[in-house]
Amino acid sequence: MGFILISLIILIGIASYFLGNLRAKNLRTSNQKNLKSLSHYYGYYVALWAVVPALLILLMITSFKPFFIEQYVLSDFIALGSYTETELSLLFTQIENTALGIKLFDENTILINGAVNKLNYINKTSENLTYVTVLGLSGLLVLYSLFNINNKLNSRKIVEKFLLVLYFTCSLVAIMTTVGIIFSLLYETLRFFSQVPITDFLFGLNWSPQRVFVREAGDLDTRDLANAFGAVPLFAGTFLIALIAMCVSVPVGLLTAIYMSEYASPKVRDWAKPIIEILAGIPTVVYGFFAALTVAPLVRDIGQGAGLTVSSESALAAGFVMGIMIIPFISSLSDDVIKSVPQSLREGSYAMGATKRETIVKVLLPAALPGIVGSFLLAVSRAIGETMIVVMAAGLNAKLTANPLDAATTITTQIVVILIGDQEFDSPKTQSAFALGLTLFVVTLALNFIALQVVKKYTERYD
Amino acid sequence: MTDRIEQRINSLNKRLNSEKRFRIYCIGAMSFALAWVLILFLNIFSSGYSAFYRTVIQVDVPFLNLIEDTTQFSEMSSEDINNLSMYSFSKKAIYGLFPDIEEKKDKKMLIRLFSIEFEQEIREFLKSNKSNINETETIYLTASDDVDQVNKGNYPRDLDEDKRRIKDIQLLFFDDLVDRGLVSYEFNLPFLMRGDSREPELAGVGGSIVGSLFTILVVLILSFPIGIFAAIYLEEFAPKNRVTDFIEININNLAAVPSIVFGLLGLGIILNTFGLPRSTPLVGGIVLSLMTLPTIIIATRASLRAVPPSIREGALAVGATKMQAVMHHVVPVAMPGALTGTIIGLAQALGETAPLLLIGMVAFVVDVPQTPLDASASLPVQVYLWSESAERGYVEKTSATIMMLLGFLILMNLAAVLIRRKFETKW
Repeated sequence: MGFILISLIILIGIASYFLGNLRAKNLRTSNQKNLKSLSHYYGYYVALWAVVPALLILLMITSFKPFFIEQYVLSDFIALGSYTETELSLLFTQIENTALGIKLFDENTILINGAVNKLNYINKTSENLTYVTVLGLSGLLVLYSLFNINNKLNSRKIVEKFLLVLYFTCSLVAIMTTVGIIFSLLYETLRFFSQVPITDFLFGLNWSPQRVFVREAGDLDTRDLANAFGAVPLFAGTFLIALIAMCVSVPVGLLTAIYMSEYASPKVRDWAKPIIEILAGIPTVVYGFFAALTVAPLVRDIGQGAGLTVSSESALAAGFVMGIMIIPFISSLSDDVIKSVPQSLREGSYAMGATKRETIVKVLLPAALPGIVGSFLLAVSRAIGETMIVVMAAGLNAKLTANPLDAATTITTQIVVILIGDQEFDSPKTQSAFALGLTLFVVTLALNFIALQVVKKYTERYD
Repeated sequence: MTDRIEQRINSLNKRLNSEKRFRIYCIGAMSFALAWVLILFLNIFSSGYSAFYRTVIQVDVPFLNLIEDTTQFSEMSSEDINNLSMYSFSKKAIYGLFPDIEEKKDKKMLIRLFSIEFEQEIREFLKSNKSNINETETIYLTASDDVDQVNKGNYPRDLDEDKRRIKDIQLLFFDDLVDRGLVSYEFNLPFLMRGDSREPELAGVGGSIVGSLFTILVVLILSFPIGIFAAIYLEEFAPKNRVTDFIEININNLAAVPSIVFGLLGLGIILNTFGLPRSTPLVGGIVLSLMTLPTIIIATRASLRAVPPSIREGALAVGATKMQAVMHHVVPVAMPGALTGTIIGLAQALGETAPLLLIGMVAFVVDVPQTPLDASASLPVQVYLWSESAERGYVEKTSATIMMLLGFLILMNLAAVLIRRKFETKW
C-alpha cells in the first residue's frame, strides 16, 4: 500500500510542477502580471505543496495507526478490565493471526470473533481513509498554491529556503546518529549497572553470562550476577589479540611505507600500492573465514610439530590475520607522513654523508613520528573494534590468559555471541552486551581523539 | 695512520652493509604484504571454483510404470502432477541402475547417492516436459553432497570407513556408475538461483544475493541524497559557528566508530524502539546507511572543495543566487567525485557483516526474498553462516560465495575508478 501511495504522491508532484509552471506562464502572458521569479520556480513551489505535507501526514498516519487499531480492536476486552497489558498485546497478536487464517484458538468465542471482524473492518477502512486523507490533502494544497501564484509571491525565495532547510536537516543526521548511539548504549548500560555494580563489571575476573541465563528462572541473587559479569578476561583477550595484530602490522606496515616512499621506483610504487590497499577493501568476514579455515589449522600443526599444545581457536591465528588486515592502514598513512617530510631535510642529511638508512632512521622517522604514532593508534582502534575475524577464529569462552596459543575471547565476540539470534530484552545478559558496546565506543573514540591530538600537537612545521 | 684508514674503511663497510640489510628488510616487508594478498586470493579461488559445477547422475526413468499411456501427462495440470504419488516410483527408477541388489540396506545406500530431493526433480522434469514424455526418459539427478565432493576430489577416500560419511558400498556403486559413464558434471545453476538449505548440494546463494541487492538499494536510496545534501550544506552554506563545528566533529568521529556499535544502535533504536521488522534488508539498509554516510559526506565535501572558486564567482557575477550557483554550476562539476565516494561507501556496506548479525539478518532463509521487507540473509552473512557448518560441501560453497562477493566489490571499485577517470576535470 505504502509503495503505491508514495508513487501516486510523486506523480501528483510531477504533474503539479507542470501545472504551476503553466499557470505562471499564462499569468505572465495574459494578465501582463509581473511575477517575481522565473516560471519554473512556481512549478517547484506548487510541487512542494503537493508532496511535502502529504508525505509528512503519511508518515504520521503509518506510525500511529498500529496503536489506534490495537485500541479499537481490543476495546471490548479492555472494557472487561480483567486483562493486563502484556496479556492484551498477546491477545492482539493472536487475533491478528486468526485474521490471517492461522488457527490458534481452540474455541472461537463470540468476543474473539467480533474482534477478528473488527480488525478486518478497520484494516480495510483505515487503508481507504489513508488514501483519501493523503491524496485529498495533496490535491487541496495543489489548488491552494496554484491560486496563490500572484505578483507578490516570490517563489524562488521559498523554494531556496526549503532546500536550505532540507540540506541542514540532512547534515543533522550525523548528530542524530551519534545521539542515537549514545542513547541506546547508555540506556541499556545504566539498567545493567543498576543490577550489576560497575566495579564488578570493570574488575571482575569471571565472565559467564550463560550461567545467569540458565539460572534466570530461579532466584537471582546479586552475588551471582557479580560473578558472572566480570569483563577483565574480555579486556585481556581483546588486548592480547590487538597486541599480536600490532606485532605483525607495525613492522610490516612501517617498512613497507618506508620502501614505498624512499626506495621504490615510481613504477613499482604504482603497482604495489594499490595491491596492498586491496587488503583494506576485503570484507572482514573473508579474513575470518581465511583465519578459521586455513591459518588456525596451520598454526596448530606447526605448534604441534614443535611439541606445543595449541588451541584450534588460538589467539595467535586470529591476531595474525587481523594484523595482515591492518597493514594497509599503517602503510598508507605512514607513507603519506614520511613523504610529506620536506625534501630539504633529506638533502641536508645526504650532504653530511649519511646513508639512506641513516637518513631514514635518524632524520625522517623522528620528523614523521607524530603522524606515524597517530597511524598506529588508529590501527589499534581498528583492531579493537574488529568483529568478524575474532567471531569466526577466536574462542567463545572467556578465560583469563596471556598465552597466545590459547583461545582468547574479545569484547566484540561476546557482543555477537550474546545478541545473535533471539534475545529477551530485560535480562542482564542482553544488557551486558550494551555495556560492552559502550566500553568499546568510549575506548575507540578516546584512541581516535588521542591520535588526532598527537598529530596536531607534536607535528613540527618545516617551511 | 693506516690503522685509522682501516678503521674508517671498516666503519664505512659496516654502514654500507647495514644499509643493504635495511633495504632487504624493507623489500621483505613489502613482499610479505603482497604475498598475503596472493595467498588469500589463491586460497579462496582454489577451494571455491568447484562450487560452480555439480555432479549429476544419469537415471533412466520408466514413466510407463507410473501411467498406462505417457501421452496422458499432457492433459494433466501442474496440480495433478503434484498430486501424483511418485516416491516409490522414483526410488524404483534409481534401483534400476543396479537391478541385482536385493538387500534393503544396500538399496538405502544407493538412494543416498542422490540428493534428498530426487523425487521433486523427477516431478519437475515431468512438469516441464509433460507434452512429450516417452516411455523411458533419461534424467540427470543431482548427486548427494558426499558423492559430489568425492567426484571433485575434495574428499579423501582412503580414510577408515567409520570416519567417512560415504560408505564403501556407496563408493563401489559410484565407481561402477563412473565406469558406465553415467556420472557427469553440469553448470551449477541452482547454486546461483536457490535460497539456503540444510543440504549442501541444494544450498544456493540466490537468496542472499537478492538480500544483498535489496540492502544496497536501501543504502543507496537513503545515504546518497542525505550524504550529498549534508555535504553541500556543510561545504557551501554552513556558517562558521559552533553548530557546524560540532557536526563536523561528529561526522569524523562516526567514521571511526566500530561497525558493531552501529549494530547495537540498530537493535536498540530501530528494532526495539521504532519496531521495524527484524531480519529484513530494510533495517539492514538503514543501519548500513548510517554507517556509510560519513564516507559519502567526506568524499563529497572533498570534491566540492576541489571546485575552483572562479566557477562560483562566475555564476554569482552574472546574477545567479547562491543556491543557483551551487546547484547549477558547482554540484554538477563535483558530481563524479561524489559518485565515486558513494560507490566506495556502498562497497563498504556490501561487505559489512557485524551489524547485520545483531539485527537478525542471520536467519536461516530458504525462500528468495521478494521485497525489502522479507527476512533474508546477505552475501557476507551467508559466508558467516556456512563457515559455521560442519559439512564439507559448505567449504566450497563458502569460498564460492566469497568469490562472488569479491567479484561484486571489484566491479564496484572498477566503476568508481572509471567514473573518476572519465568525468574528472582537471583545473
